[in-house]
Amino acid sequence: MIAELGHFSLILALGMCVALAIIPTVGIVQKNTQLMNISNSLAAGFFVFVAISFFCLGYAFWSDDFSVQYVALNSNSALPVQYKISAIWGGHEGSFLLWTLVMSGWTFAVGALSGGLTLDMRARVLAVMGALSIGFVLFILLTSNPFDRTLPVYPADGNDLNPLLQDFGLIVHPPMLYMGYVGFAVPFAFAIATLTTGNLDSAWARWSRPWTNAAWGFLTLGITLGSWWAYYELGWGGWWFWDAVENASFMPWLVGTALVHSLAATEKRGVFKSWTVLLAIFAFSLSLLGAFLVRSGVLTSVHAFAVDPERGMYILTYLVLIIGSSLTLYAFKASGVKSDADFEWGSRESMLLVNNLLLVVSAAIVLLGTLYPLVYETIYDGKKISIGPPYFNTLFVPVVMLLFTFMVFSPLSRWKKTPVQEFKKQWVGLVASFFVMLCLVLALAKEFSFVVLLVNTVALWIIVSLGKDLMAKVANKADKVAALFKQTMSYYGMILGHLGIAVSILGVCITVYYSEERDVRMVPGDSVELAGYEFRFNGVSKETGPNYMADRGDVDVIQEGKVLLTLYPEKRFYPASSNVMTEADIEPSLFRDLFVALGEPLGNKAWAVRIHYKPFVRWIWFGGVLIAMGGFITVFDRRYRRVKVAKQEKSKHADGVAGATA
Amino acid sequence: MVRLSTLVMTLVISFLSLTAIAAIDAYSFPDEGMRKRYNSLIDELRCPQCLNTNLAGSDSMISKDLRREVHRLVLEGKSDDQVRDFMQQRYGDFILYNPQVKGSTYVLWFGPVVLFFIAVAVLVRLVSRRSSLAQEKVLSDEDQDRLNQLLSK
Amino acid sequence: MSSLNKSLLIPLIVFILLVITLGVGFSLKDPHILPSELIDRPFPDFQASELHDVDRTLTREDLKGEISLVNVWATWCPNCVLEHPELLRISKEEGVPLYGVNYNDEVIKAQAWLRRYEDPFVFNIVDDNGKLGIDLGVYGAPETFIIDAEGVIQYKHVGPVNRYIFDKEMKPVIEQLRANSVATRTAGVDS
Repeated sequence: MIAELGHFSLILALGMCVALAIIPTVGIVQKNTQLMNISNSLAAGFFVFVAISFFCLGYAFWSDDFSVQYVALNSNSALPVQYKISAIWGGHEGSFLLWTLVMSGWTFAVGALSGGLTLDMRARVLAVMGALSIGFVLFILLTSNPFDRTLPVYPADGNDLNPLLQDFGLIVHPPMLYMGYVGFAVPFAFAIATLTTGNLDSAWARWSRPWTNAAWGFLTLGITLGSWWAYYELGWGGWWFWDAVENASFMPWLVGTALVHSLAATEKRGVFKSWTVLLAIFAFSLSLLGAFLVRSGVLTSVHAFAVDPERGMYILTYLVLIIGSSLTLYAFKASGVKSDADFEWGSRESMLLVNNLLLVVSAAIVLLGTLYPLVYETIYDGKKISIGPPYFNTLFVPVVMLLFTFMVFSPLSRWKKTPVQEFKKQWVGLVASFFVMLCLVLALAKEFSFVVLLVNTVALWIIVSLGKDLMAKVANKADKVAALFKQTMSYYGMILGHLGIAVSILGVCITVYYSEERDVRMVPGDSVELAGYEFRFNGVSKETGPNYMADRGDVDVIQEGKVLLTLYPEKRFYPASSNVMTEADIEPSLFRDLFVALGEPLGNKAWAVRIHYKPFVRWIWFGGVLIAMGGFITVFDRRYRRVKVAKQEKSKHADGVAGATA
Repeated sequence: MVRLSTLVMTLVISFLSLTAIAAIDAYSFPDEGMRKRYNSLIDELRCPQCLNTNLAGSDSMISKDLRREVHRLVLEGKSDDQVRDFMQQRYGDFILYNPQVKGSTYVLWFGPVVLFFIAVAVLVRLVSRRSSLAQEKVLSDEDQDRLNQLLSK
Repeated sequence: MSSLNKSLLIPLIVFILLVITLGVGFSLKDPHILPSELIDRPFPDFQASELHDVDRTLTREDLKGEISLVNVWATWCPNCVLEHPELLRISKEEGVPLYGVNYNDEVIKAQAWLRRYEDPFVFNIVDDNGKLGIDLGVYGAPETFIIDAEGVIQYKHVGPVNRYIFDKEMKPVIEQLRANSVATRTAGVDS
């Protein structure tokens, strides 16, 4: 009954987004303000019905309704309740319902929070979002309905959620990712709406910036969570594999970063107008492409949902329609745009251009590497080729390193022209950073690496120049604290974002070069030495959990004769799905992770044990969090709120006048 | 001085595996260098049967067998290239995560380089054009100053 | 509408190319199947014992002489049970000898398995450490190869064989090989 309600609500949601696509459009064409005004309510209605539908699916999971096929495939009565809820997005159908919920949420938010937009613009943006949503809801209703029943015969219990997904990471990672992926629909809608007006002025950039930054922040968080989750859940010390599905989330992020920066230039100086529109189209297109890659079975990945060519064809058709029409619209409407702003080498505009070009090149590299196996197989008649981390690292890393180096100078650059002095001043920071890093590397590193020294110097240099810039801004002020508060949220967003990148890259570099790992055969009492620690294996005991049985290892970590702590890696068996899982035990810390995992029993009480020493690995995700925070706080920049205040004052004034004349 | 690209290529690349069973073999090596080479090789060789996992991360039977072969070959003194050839002769290009540079992969390896240079060309053209616009304006400012001076005399 | 700046069409063109690539992706074969690297190459050299006769040593010479099928199988492989009736039929009706490679398995278990399901193989090569399998580019069971009279691998099928697959894909290869060998023999007689 509830499942049918959920299904029905989804159909109503479809009606809402069809109406949202059509009615305000009619209003725009006929300049009918009433019809344009309805867009808000339609957006709200769309959200409400999808939310009801989502809630119904959640209820089906919570109440163990195994007559619903999707629930039967992804849940089990013994599954802990938080995973029953997160199982909603554990499979294709439910996760796409989540995707649609997020889409409806963004649509509703844009409607509710766009008081500063002109009515015409708001109607256009919402109509575009409505049109996009039609495709999503139809996809669910026609090909991927989570409410299908298994009746008349239904199982007594479900298949259980894949144990890999029974984890905090899985609860949070997909929703964050979707908030980002789908959130890029907002700048996309703004870009399309602007193209339809034929007027590419910089107002659209100002309006869409907070939305873009928020979506980008969520995507950053989603990717960071995914990497962190893989690291501790999968137990290999790995955190990025350039898997097709990871790339599917990374490409929109790269282009999204370019977009976030490009919008700044368009808003402030009216430059790169058509570039920025194109980037907005690209970012969302890559999100859609990502959805396609993950759900169509075209590319091989462990991450991918079940292969289904029919779904793949649908998404591909949708992709062609949406992206094809937007790129065509772009080609025709952006043609007449010319900005007459001028700028020099070394200006902020030129820096942003470098940034955008390098990011687009890096995204293109990832795209090429991801899709090339497909092209190869087509051309060479079924022969297969593999493209993995060695390829991506060889090509991607140098481009990013180049970008990284520019990051030292870019925040210091000024619009139109930067005095050369500004750049020359930085040599102090460079020399200082170099010496600090040299000392650190020589003192702390196991072996000297020139690459590590170089990369870390640049990272420290970036941090130092950010600090100097901040200090310079409060230098001449009497009340330094007040001056700090006076800086805009956008500025702090930039600081956090750039700081985050420096921190992440520092983490990546150190962990890649100085990680150590050992796979050994150990019997109880054996010890292994790694990175200055002694790991003593004390044997294995049997344990049970809510829905699993486990062999639990006991490993003491000893330093200078004293036992620091004990780690308990587990080998779990989940009977419902017959899955065996390795649960590594990790001792996390700011400067190093210690990491132990159990392999196979080797007979005679011996076990294969893997021990990892991973220095600075947490910095990778810590940096990611900083970047996301940077994106989020810019949303609260006063400039975006001032528009509303002005409007309020305007209406107060109007009332006053009306009152006077009444 | 080692080339940056070689340095980059010798990075011990982290990997992800979604097979849940521990692919931990307790192999021993006479020296550290061989162990590092072994680890590096099993990172860049692909499991023929799995959905995008390397030999290091898979516990499938074929991966176990192939790791054993890599161990044996390394201990026999074979070079990294010889190990890769061994695998490629039996399983094709599929088993190499680092695609070889040959006719069919020129686009793959050199495409990005070409793209990079196109980006540089675009950058140069765009900024030159804009900065020459600035120059023109500056000149006209200079002219304006001269004019002012003339007028003020 | 303003005049069209042709360079702005580039993204659209690139996109169309991309879509064509993706569309083609659908027509490609099963991503799990790896095409064989060993087609047109001689069967790898090996030295192994026979399953039922431990003292007998087999080498690749034993596979030469006529067109044959080599089937890689094991007792731990459920699909091998599924395809076995077809293998029995082939061995009885198609006039092609069937040789087996017992892959990553135990001799006792394999002998018992064949007693239980009947033995269609002329002989069985014991590959208990999987080395021959690796040399053949095998990555799972069952896999079936077609070898010509000179011991050169001409075809490989991954997965269980059934009547449909045999008739549609394997039989034509066998007929072609027979026709080729007749042609060469005839040519030899005439010259």
